[in-house]
Amino acid sequence: MQLELSQTDREFRDRMRETFTTKVPQEIRDTVLEGRHLTRDQIVESQQALNAEGLAVPHWPVEWGGQDWTDLQRHLWHEEMQRAGVPIPLAFNASMIGPVIAQFGSEEQKERFLAKTANLDIWWSQGFSEPDAGSDLASLRTTAVRDGDDWVVNGQKTWTTLGQHGDWIFTLVRTDTEVKKQAGISMLLIDMTDPGVEVRPIELIDGGYEVNEVWFSDVRVPGDLLVGEPGGGWTIAKFLLGNERVGVAPVGATKRALATLKTTAADQLDDPLVRARIAELENDLLALELTALRVVAHSSDGEPHPASSVLKLRGTVLQQAVSELALDLAGPASLASRAEDDSPQEGWARRTAPTYLNLRKASIYGGSNEIQRQIISRTILGL
Amino acid sequence: MDFTYDDEQQALREAVRGLLATTYADHETRRRTVADEPGFDRALWGRLAEMGILGLPFSEDDGGVGAGPVEIGIVCQELGRVLAPEPFLASVVHAGGLVASLGLAEQRADLLGRLSAGEVVLAAADTSPGGRWASRADGVRASVSDGTWTLDGVADPVVGGESADVLVVTAALPDGGTGVFVVAADDVSRTGYAAADLTRAASVTFDGSAATPLGEAGRDAGPSIATISDLTRIMGANQALGVMQSQVRATTDYLKSRKQFGVTLNAFQALTFRAADMYVELELAHSMVDWATMTIAGGDRDVVADAADRVGLQIARSGRHIGQEAIQLHGGIGMTAEYAVGVGTAHLEVLDQWLGNGPHHLRRLAERVTDHDLVEAI
Ligand SMILES: Cc1cc2nc3c(=O)[nH]c(=O)nc-3n(C[C@H](O)[C@H](O)[C@H](O)COP(=O)(O)OP(=O)(O)OC[C@H]3O[C@@H](n4cnc5c(N)ncnc54)[C@H](O)[C@@H]3O)c2cc1C
Repeated sequence: MQLELSQTDREFRDRMRETFTTKVPQEIRDTVLEGRHLTRDQIVESQQALNAEGLAVPHWPVEWGGQDWTDLQRHLWHEEMQRAGVPIPLAFNASMIGPVIAQFGSEEQKERFLAKTANLDIWWSQGFSEPDAGSDLASLRTTAVRDGDDWVVNGQKTWTTLGQHGDWIFTLVRTDTEVKKQAGISMLLIDMTDPGVEVRPIELIDGGYEVNEVWFSDVRVPGDLLVGEPGGGWTIAKFLLGNERVGVAPVGATKRALATLKTTAADQLDDPLVRARIAELENDLLALELTALRVVAHSSDGEPHPASSVLKLRGTVLQQAVSELALDLAGPASLASRAEDDSPQEGWARRTAPTYLNLRKASIYGGSNEIQRQIISRTILGL
Repeated sequence: MDFTYDDEQQALREAVRGLLATTYADHETRRRTVADEPGFDRALWGRLAEMGILGLPFSEDDGGVGAGPVEIGIVCQELGRVLAPEPFLASVVHAGGLVASLGLAEQRADLLGRLSAGEVVLAAADTSPGGRWASRADGVRASVSDGTWTLDGVADPVVGGESADVLVVTAALPDGGTGVFVVAADDVSRTGYAAADLTRAASVTFDGSAATPLGEAGRDAGPSIATISDLTRIMGANQALGVMQSQVRATTDYLKSRKQFGVTLNAFQALTFRAADMYVELELAHSMVDWATMTIAGGDRDVVADAADRVGLQIARSGRHIGQEAIQLHGGIGMTAEYAVGVGTAHLEVLDQWLGNGPHHLRRLAERVTDHDLVEAI
């Protein structure tokens, strides 16, 4: 047991800090730090800047652009990135489909997609959830039927985050209706410009349009775009969702957001109740960060440690709690969230209500927090 | 940065666990032990001395073993797991810590040597009736006449004070500041009592009691007292972690075996989810305890003080959560004195109220909230 970082890791951290703050445009980082919305172009620009430094997909296999880092170094990379306000590389590309193709894809698929996925030349969307298949994802009903070498896809996906920007979508589809529900699922990669694909926006409670419905009507998908084997989709999905759980707790960003509140709401810091709420949240975040470090130290063979459910569960709750504090600090000013830009209210205060509302999503997606409790009680506690 | 125990540390844990298991294999033995004089098992205390456990924190020159904070923490965790009433925390960590930090070489060799050998039990008297975790003494006053020091006043609660042979007492100095004195138990009057977890404490009255200054006479020891309290707070958190680990295990086992409505209780998701939340609290507490323990090796007082507040707050939160849920999920049996789970909840509370409770640590953290931008973990 030892607390200090080794000399190598300290230098590593310094190098991350330096790169993140010099290679990613200030304007993009300010946008993140102030909690404003990024445009598609900004997200692409930032990821390409990281990729040029070899920092977009360090957890991928080395031959496809990954880095031969320790788990601790990956953790430092992730934390420093958030601390600097650098947008995390698009999860659909970097954490989801990239590792899947690297692990399960054909050589041809790897050559065709991986480099462009790392560089965000292709923007991927995640087409898993359906209106009747949420937590019980395996009950999904979108079908793909063989026709010669092709698959013909029909059905509907929903909650597709940023599908309006998507070039390609990785989907789970039912290719066999005769077998047990998990065994009949396959993963298909679909070009979103194909005829028969339609994206319809959904307005969320914060007034934003970040999720969509994606409809498929007789979409023809060439057979070489199925990942792995027909019927192997569920195994792939479990691999992907395990990775998602690990990355989904943004400890660094939440710490940053809380620290920023101390500046933006500085005039309220002589209120002992406010100080106490901040102190309590800082402590909770410290405990979570330390737990992340402990989990990292114990995870072997790239398998997610079962305690990563703790990170997802607690990380999202704290992310939400900081947004609640921000809203309380904003008070009446938060009513002006949809006022014109010349509103006399401060920008940070006006953003608090939509942010609070938007972040309710965090305990629903990525495996809802109830599902995380189920994983803990079953896998860890054996209940 | 490394959160894993090395082989020697692992072996120490096994050895301590093995020894404690011979005495406290079941809760009934603990019940009988705390009901009898002196409230712990002297034979076990002797074996802990033989194993070198009582001398762990002290340097070899002082008769100890010179082990690090991680090793001491391991011992505390294991004691907590079985709710052992032995006064390791009070006698070795707290009172012994004051002697190690302030005593002259001869005082250290004498007191710590005998403490390590199991020949004397120490207790720290640092709280006045109604007092709250202050490093300034106000309940006991020191006077000096012709170079002879005496103490007057009351200290209460003195944890482990009922059966201690030597008291290490904080007292207000005639010219201001707080000094620390060594007083033979024969020179005080004391009334023992059991705390909520049935471990023993005492109210100690000093009435012109002969006292020997620890270290240089008349010098203010406030900062050292505070640091030793911080170290004790962190080790107390290790002990609480052991308690909580046992409670989470007992609760999950119970949910798997207890049947109601024709099924074992783990058929009810309302209960398994609550067990999952207990596990979350346990993991968070574990991380903070390991971290706070590791900060000690750096030797920076302010860092350790901050870590003590942070782990103190975390343990208070996790301890309430786990302690309460452990009882609730056991139902009626959790309320009984013959069952370890509820007694564990009492022990968690005694540790917190003795060493620093949640609001206390939160208040101190809240005062410092504007001293930093982000809280740095490493
Ligand atoms: C903003 C947002 C973005 C999203 N982005 C995407 C995306 O890009 N791609 C994608 O495929 N999906 C996405 N999702 C979908 C997300 O994964 C699902 O919402 C999630 O799986 C939950 O499914 P559901 O909404 O159907 O809720 P349901 O599964 O119907 O759950 C309703 C409630 O019941 C609880 N519950 C369900 N089952 C159990 C159980 N067994 N035990 C106890 N409680 C249970 C849930 O936790 C929840 O509280 C997104 C969702 C949101 C909100």
